[in-house]
Parts: sequence; C-alpha cells; structure tokens
Amino acid sequence: MSMVDEPLYPIAVLIDELKNDDIQLRLNSIRRLNTIARALGEERTRKELIPFLSENNDDDDEVLLAMAEELGVFIPYVGGVEYASVLLPPLETLCTVEETCVRDKAVESLCRIGSQMRENDLVDWFIPLVKRLAAGEWFTARVSACGLFHIAYPSASEMLKTELRSIYSQLCQDDMPMVRRAAATNLGKFAATVEPPNLKADIMSMFEDLTQDDQDSVRLLAVEGCAALGKLLESQDCVAHILPVIVNFSQDKSWRVRYMVANQLYELCEAVGPEPTRTDLVPAYVRLLRDNEAEVRIAAAGKVTKFCRILNPELAIQHILPCVKELSSDSSQHVRSALASVIMGMAPVLGKDATIEQLLPIFLSLLKDEFPDVRLNIISKLDQVNQVIGIDLLSQSLLPAIVELAEDRHWRVRLAIIEYIPLLASQLGVGFFDDKLGALCMQWLQDKVYSIRDAAANNLKRLAEEFGPEWAMQHIIPQVLDMTNNPHYLYRMTILRAISLLAPVMGSEITCSKLLPVVITASKDRVPNIKFNVAKVLQSLIHIVDQSVVEKTIRPCLVELAEDPDVDVRYYANQALQSIDSVMMSS
Amino acid sequence: MNGGDGGEVTAAPPAGPPPPLEWKFSQVFGERTAGEEVQEVDIISAIEFDKTGDHLATGDRGGRVVLFERTDMKEHGGSRRDIERMDYPVSRHPEFRYKTEFQSHEPEFDYLKSLEIEEKINKIRWCQTANGALFLLSTNDKTIKFWKVQEKKVKKISEMNIDPSKVVGNGSASSSTVSSSPKPYLANGAYPDRSYSCLNNDMTFPPGGIPSLRLPVVTSTETSLVARCRRVYAHAHDYHINSISNNSDGETFISADDLRINLWNLEISNQSFNIVDVKPANMEDLTEVITSAEFHPTHCNMLAYSSSKGSIRLIDLRQSALCDSHSKLFEEQEAPGSRSFFTEIIASISDIKFAKDGRYILSRDYMTLKLWDINMDSGPVATFQVHEYLRPKLCDLYENDSIFDKFECCLSGDGLRVATGSYSNLFRVFGCATGSTEAATLEASKNPMRRQVQTPTRPSRSLSSSITRVVRRGAESPGVDANGNSFDFTTKLLHLAWHPVENSIACAAANSLYMYYA
Repeated sequence: MSMVDEPLYPIAVLIDELKNDDIQLRLNSIRRLNTIARALGEERTRKELIPFLSENNDDDDEVLLAMAEELGVFIPYVGGVEYASVLLPPLETLCTVEETCVRDKAVESLCRIGSQMRENDLVDWFIPLVKRLAAGEWFTARVSACGLFHIAYPSASEMLKTELRSIYSQLCQDDMPMVRRAAATNLGKFAATVEPPNLKADIMSMFEDLTQDDQDSVRLLAVEGCAALGKLLESQDCVAHILPVIVNFSQDKSWRVRYMVANQLYELCEAVGPEPTRTDLVPAYVRLLRDNEAEVRIAAAGKVTKFCRILNPELAIQHILPCVKELSSDSSQHVRSALASVIMGMAPVLGKDATIEQLLPIFLSLLKDEFPDVRLNIISKLDQVNQVIGIDLLSQSLLPAIVELAEDRHWRVRLAIIEYIPLLASQLGVGFFDDKLGALCMQWLQDKVYSIRDAAANNLKRLAEEFGPEWAMQHIIPQVLDMTNNPHYLYRMTILRAISLLAPVMGSEITCSKLLPVVITASKDRVPNIKFNVAKVLQSLIHIVDQSVVEKTIRPCLVELAEDPDVDVRYYANQALQSIDSVMMSS
Repeated sequence: MNGGDGGEVTAAPPAGPPPPLEWKFSQVFGERTAGEEVQEVDIISAIEFDKTGDHLATGDRGGRVVLFERTDMKEHGGSRRDIERMDYPVSRHPEFRYKTEFQSHEPEFDYLKSLEIEEKINKIRWCQTANGALFLLSTNDKTIKFWKVQEKKVKKISEMNIDPSKVVGNGSASSSTVSSSPKPYLANGAYPDRSYSCLNNDMTFPPGGIPSLRLPVVTSTETSLVARCRRVYAHAHDYHINSISNNSDGETFISADDLRINLWNLEISNQSFNIVDVKPANMEDLTEVITSAEFHPTHCNMLAYSSSKGSIRLIDLRQSALCDSHSKLFEEQEAPGSRSFFTEIIASISDIKFAKDGRYILSRDYMTLKLWDINMDSGPVATFQVHEYLRPKLCDLYENDSIFDKFECCLSGDGLRVATGSYSNLFRVFGCATGSTEAATLEASKNPMRRQVQTPTRPSRSLSSSITRVVRRGAESPGVDANGNSFDFTTKLLHLAWHPVENSIACAAANSLYMYYA
C-alpha cells in the first residue's frame, strides 16, 4: 500500500473508487475517467488504464454504459489519433454484453473513434474487430457488428470489401431474428458507402432477403430500407427494384408492416420520384386509407396532406378525396381525429372551388363530430380554416361547435378550448369576439374546476394583451369587478388572481383607479384565504404603481393585515411589507 | 435402452410406432423423509426446461426460483458425445445439479383493492441466453419479472492509493478489511467538498502524469452466481396472470390473465399492448375465461389460448391490432345426451402446449389430454383418458374443490409422446405416434413403476373419417391403485416438464422434484 501526497488525495480516491463496492462511487469515478487519465499521463493511460478497463467488463450495466460513453471521446487522453486503436479492445468487449443500451452506446463510440482513425489503422485494427464481432458466438456480438460496417467499409481494399459484403449478407440471414433486425436497420447506412455496381448486385439481394423474412419484425424494418436505398439508386433502378417491394409491402399480411408503409409513405414517394408515385403509389395509398385495420388508417390519414402535396390537384380530387370523405365518418374516432388534424392543409392543394365544394362538407361534419378530440383538432388549425372558408361561413358553423366545447363536461376539453381563445380572437377580430365569445370567457371564471378558472384568468390577460388596455377597460374590467361580491370565496379568489394578472397589462393608471380599490376592499373579507391572497396581490402591485400610492394605500392595508389573527395572513402581509422595504432601499 | 433415445426415434423411418419407453428413476431434489411435514412455501408451483435442456428452473409458492444445471455432458460437444456412445453401451441420461436460487417475488398488499398478492410463482419462462448469462421471466398473480443470472468475479482488491485503515481512522467506523465490508472507506463521504472542488477539469497535471498514482489491482479469480432483476413488468393485469410465453422473434412476450392477453417488449417495462380482451361489457354476461396462452414456437405472429369452455383459439397477430376475432377455433362437439352438471367444469382446459414443430397443440382438461393438429379444427387427432376412473367420483371431487385442479401437460421434444399429471403423485405418459399403444402410469417416487398396472390398451373405434386417427385409450385403471388403496386427492402432481431433446421428465410432487429418464 502506497501513501499519497496530500494534494493528490482526491484523485487517488477517484482511482480507488473504480473498484468500490458502492455502484454510485464507481459510476462517479467512471464519469471522471478523463481526469484519471490526465493524472496518469498518456502513456500510462494506454498501458495501464485501458487494459484495466478491458478487464473490468463484468461490472453493473450502469457502469458499463457510462464507460462505453466515456471511451468514445477518449482519443485525446491516449495520445491522439495515432493511438486511437488502443481504445478498441474495451469497446469490443462492451459490444458483446447482454444489455442492449450498453451495446448501442459501445457501437456509437466505436463509430465515433473509427471515423477519426487513420486509414491504415482502420485496416489493421478496426476491420478485424468488425470481422471478429460478426463471427461472434453469441448473437449480441453479431448485432453490434451490423452497426460498424459503414465505418469499416470505405477504407478496405477491394478484396476486403468483397469479404465484408459477404459477411453482411450472412448477417442478413442469421438464425437469430435480433441479428437480422440489426442488419435491416443498418442496411441503409452500409449501402450508402458501397459502390454503385456492388450496390445493385449485392446489397439489393440482401435487401430482397430481408423483405421476404418470415418475421414481421424484420420485414417492417426493411420498409425503412426502401426509402434509404431508393435515394441511393438511380431512378430507373429504383423503379425496377424498390417500387415493387413497396407495393408488395402495402399489401403485406401483417398490419404492422402496412402501418410502417403508411407512416413512411412520404419518404417512399420521395425515393421513387413523382411519376411512379402517381401511377403506382396512389393506388397503394388508397388501399391503405381503406385498410381494415384502424391503426393503419390512422397512420395513413395523418399523411393525407403531405401526400396530396406531391400529387397534382386532379389526381388528389379523383382518388384521395373520396377516401377522405369515407374517413370523415370512420368508425374509429382516432382515425377521424388524425384526419381532422391534417385535413385543412389539403385546401391550398385542391384550390378554392374544390375546397368549397368537396372539402367544406367534410370539414363541417368533423366540426360536429361527437368526439371532442376531433373538433379540437379542427379548431386548432383555425388559421388555415379562416383562409379557406372565410369568416362568415366560419362564424356560422364554428360558433356552435365552440360553445358546445366550452360547455363540455370533460374539463380537459374545456381547458383545451380556453387555450385556443386568444388565437381565435386574433383570427376573428374584435367585433366577432365581443358578440359571441366574451360571455363565455366570463363564464369560465366561475367554473367548478380550479384549472379552468385559472386558465380563464390567464385567458383574460392574453386577451387584454391582444386587444389593448382600452378595449379591456370596456369589455373585461367591468365584468370582472362585478364578480368581486360573489358569495363563494373560491370565485372571489379567482377574481383576485385575474386582477394580479391584468394589472401589469393595464398599466399604473387604471390599476390605481379601478383595480386597487377592489383589492383593498377585499382585505376586509371574512375568509383568511382571501386576505392572504390580497397580501400576495398587493406585493405584486408594488412594482406597477407609484411610490406614493404604495405608501398611501398599500402599506397601511398591509400593516393592518400584519395584525390579523390568522398566521398565514400575517406571514404574507409581512412578506409583502418586506418587499416594499427592499424596493424603497434600492430606489 | 435400445431405441429409447429420442434422437434415434426421429431418425428412423415411420415404419411403425416406437417401442414403449421403460422409465427409470434418475434423481430427486428435496425428497421428503417419512413423516416430514411439507411447508406450504416449499411446494413447487412451476417447472421449466430451457431451450437446450441444459438448465431447469423451478418456482415455488414462497416466491423462490431454483435453477439446476446439467452435469453429465457439460464439457463435450456433439462429436465427443457420439464417441462416448460407442464406448459405453448404456447411453447417459441427463443429470442435474443445484446451481443457484433467488427470491423472485415477495408477498405484497394491494392497498387500492385491499387484496393480498401472493408471492407464489405461477410460471417461469426461459429467454434467449447471451454471453453465458441466463435470462428468465417469472410471474406471480400480478407482476412479471425479468431476471439475469450471471457469474460475477468476486472482487479482491489488493493495491490501493489510500491506505484503507487510515481512512477508517478518519471517521468511518467500518472494519478494516477492504473488499468484504460494504463501505470500506468513506473518503468520498467524509470530504465531499474537498475531493470535488479541486477535481475541476482545469486542474493541471504534469505532462508525463503522476507516477505515484496506481490503479487498484484485482486479484481474485473466484466467481459467484448473481441473480439480478433487470425489469419489472407491473400493473398491467386486473386479474390473475395464468401464463407467460416468449415470442420466437426474441423481443416480445405475452402475459395472459383470466380476461386479457397483453403483449410486451422485453426491453420496455412501462407499457404493454392489449391484444385480446374477452371481458364482456357487463360482467354478468361472463361465461368463459382465458386459462392458458402460448406463442407458436416458430411463427412470431401466431398464438393460441385456451378457455374454460374447452376451446382453443388460434390468433394471427398480423390480422389486426386487437385480436378479438380468432382465426381458428378448436373445440370438440360434446356427445349428445352426455351432458351433466359437471360437463362444463371438466371441459375447462388447464394447460396448452405447442409441439416443438408448431404443428400440434396438446391440451389438458380435467379428464383427458387432447392432441390437436392446427390444420384440422373439426376435432382432436387423439384423445387420451388420464383418469377416467374418477368419472363416478366427480361429485366428491366437486365437493372438495379438486375438480378445479389445474394439471399441466407436456410433449416430448420429438413430439412422439405426451405426459401429464394426476392424483396420488402419479403421472401418465402416452405415445401419440401413429399406431402407438403406449400408455404408462408412473409414480413420482424412487420407484416409478411401482404402481403401474399393465393392461393392454387398444385404440377404440374411430369417431370420424378414416384419415383421422382418433384413439381413445388409457381407461384401464380402476378406481383403486395397485395396492387396493383409494386415490389420495391431496397429493396431486400438477407440474411437470419434458426435456426438450431427450426422454427425460421432471415432475413436482409437493416440495420434491423428481426426474426420470428412459
């Protein structure tokens, strides 16, 4: 046992704790691995620390995960890029462990190191590592290998490249589905590094194997490969090889595969180009929109606008619009909801006439949907709605829907609609708002649910910001102040809350003349909760009103509250008094 | 032992049924001495071989999982095995030894429902091994856990920078041994501010490093087995979990309770997808519950579940996200006029198992074992009477609740034989190859053949078309055993498992695990 000088004590502890029994301490040491490495110096890091870590491979997964991450940025501490290869052995071991997240991190770190390594080092060290992992006894090593090919391949010699391709092809046919899944996931990345002739020959045949895999879980990953490979291939090859696969996938027996196609459709269209999209993918998409599995229709419905944008209006009207009409009365509320969230985007694509003629009825029926989410999704896209159908039609059809949602029995629905009110107000203008929505906003202040009352108070503030203090003086303040005598103390408290939010927007003058007297009156309330909220509101008003008003009106009121029999009232009153004092001091 | 080995049988052309097996006692774990009282917590409640047959796991009512490992062929591969077989005329049979055990589940209390949750292990399933670490799923009524059992090095650290005794003197009251005490030195805790304040990244070190610092040296090469719970899949079942089953895709599994089946990803413990829901809108309309569920051994999209009405439903996960409609239904039409009060109770299927190739499903109801071909839904291809002699006693069995006992069943790896348990610690093995008349009754004791009654059995009349071989046999034993004693309903053999590649059976009699080979 050696003794260490006093200044080195902390670093010595850090090193010792690499092997502590307490996992938190080990984790801490691993997280400071760069400090340890700098203390040891580059040479001893290479010769001692790294081999030490390589042996430290049966630690807990949390520690291994941290180690995999730290080693990824360790090149500077081992002496720079020329020594990068010493980092490979510990990471290779981590690539074989059972826990997926550790392996993934190790692969990520290896890729990071590999992309910085010198070409001949890659050939000497990195490629043999990939080959070892690919031939690993356990599937864990083979899974990791799949994610390293795209780093290893570019620097390999012709012969090695051929070998690497054939190894990858074997991984695509591995017995273990986990390995085939990893091969499918990484195929796109690997393919991007492969030369065009080999891409067409070798990679495409691997891809075909994967697309015909028995396991759904492998096939559905191959769907993503379609888009990735499609971008690499020349357009005629893409049409010849990728397009049929996509069309097949769109009719796969497994709904999960069809779901993936529906989800990836836009990327797939991009990959094959506009012409094949029109001829082949439109029918495929129409099938997906009419799929008998709701999950697939949900995914497909959510892409309807994006898809229509690549098409010309005639095709969209002819093929897609009829499906959209069907979906608007789909038996699954989630399908309708997905449709409602995107349908308004179709308007610019279809043009004004088609929109009014065809889309508007669908839109209106969704606005009357029995399921609140569907209505909410339409309302949330209000800006687009306005452009399309104009304010008159909108107010006719929208208002009943809003009123209904505003009184929905689920408070979350009411909450959602309150949050849209400022947006609605700005879209629809002052006039419309005054007529129709003003009363609703006041009504929410007396909701049974606290969150609604709170949101309503906030809403008033945002409206005041939107339309300005003058408007608020006319349309908000009088109504709010009317409610100060509500018999229920919780509603009176909401008013206090609204006042504290409105005051900064309204400015000093209105606050002093209109709001402050109400607050002062409320300080005489019989409910302590009101009184200490008065203290809180007064505290917030200090910065808004003049110093003289503070001294003349606010302070005496607070002093009185500070004598209150209730302890909480005294507490908040004193808090407010203290902040008056500190404002005085600073000014 | 000629022809007794499973491998040889499969290799032989289907000239005729394989000869009956002669079962021999192999091992017993936890044998009861005469007069010893069985502790409730020690009663075995689940048995499962892993895919290779090199490991065996049992779970008990006390929430423990015990692992056994095979010892007879550990150090040699296939070729060596062939050589040995030539050397010794008597082929070796699987022998196991205790490997490790761990507490998988603890008793819990559900405060919301005021329900006690037993720790009893309902099912164990092995998962894919990796790097020599074993993985398994275990479940009680409510919670499924994913366990990793692994050899860990026992650390013995010999060289340190800081003398631990000095640190101990600095405030920790711990003992002076370095590795064994839980917190050998509390330097970090003792000087938290100091140790980190000067460890900023801008702390500079000489370019060559500090030579006096050294890395700890680990000397020990000893290893010990450690079981760690990696994931807990909880709060997904309102009713009691009766089955869990791994998917062949290696990433998902299902769990089934009385009314629902959920699909999980092994890596994600906080969400599952409900794929089957048989709960009626009004619970008073409930007529049927799920009793068992299992994935197809190779097709990742197929699974089967059985019901309390005696039907088996095959569902295809590809068809739809919520698989309330089955793609195939297997049930047997009841013979007209035979209906009684007990018909429905004894029709309830207690267990189903896919054969290894996935073509056949074995089901166990109270009175019979049935073998179904998944390509034929008109009726079972074979029916084996397990304890037909109990039929006159159904009333007594109902009175003492025995009629609700859930017997498990199993198939041999080659699919040629099936086995299931019965009362008085008996279990029965039937040959299901074409033309086989094999039907053996064995007792879970050191002398399994003691109670066997040799009665010639023959296939009964064919019930349906000539292609279907419908056999009814095994109805040979009278209501008393060979010694003339009446059957003992308290000693029942519910759980048993067939080795995946050899003719070897592990079965549980109360707290004892008996193993037989042939």
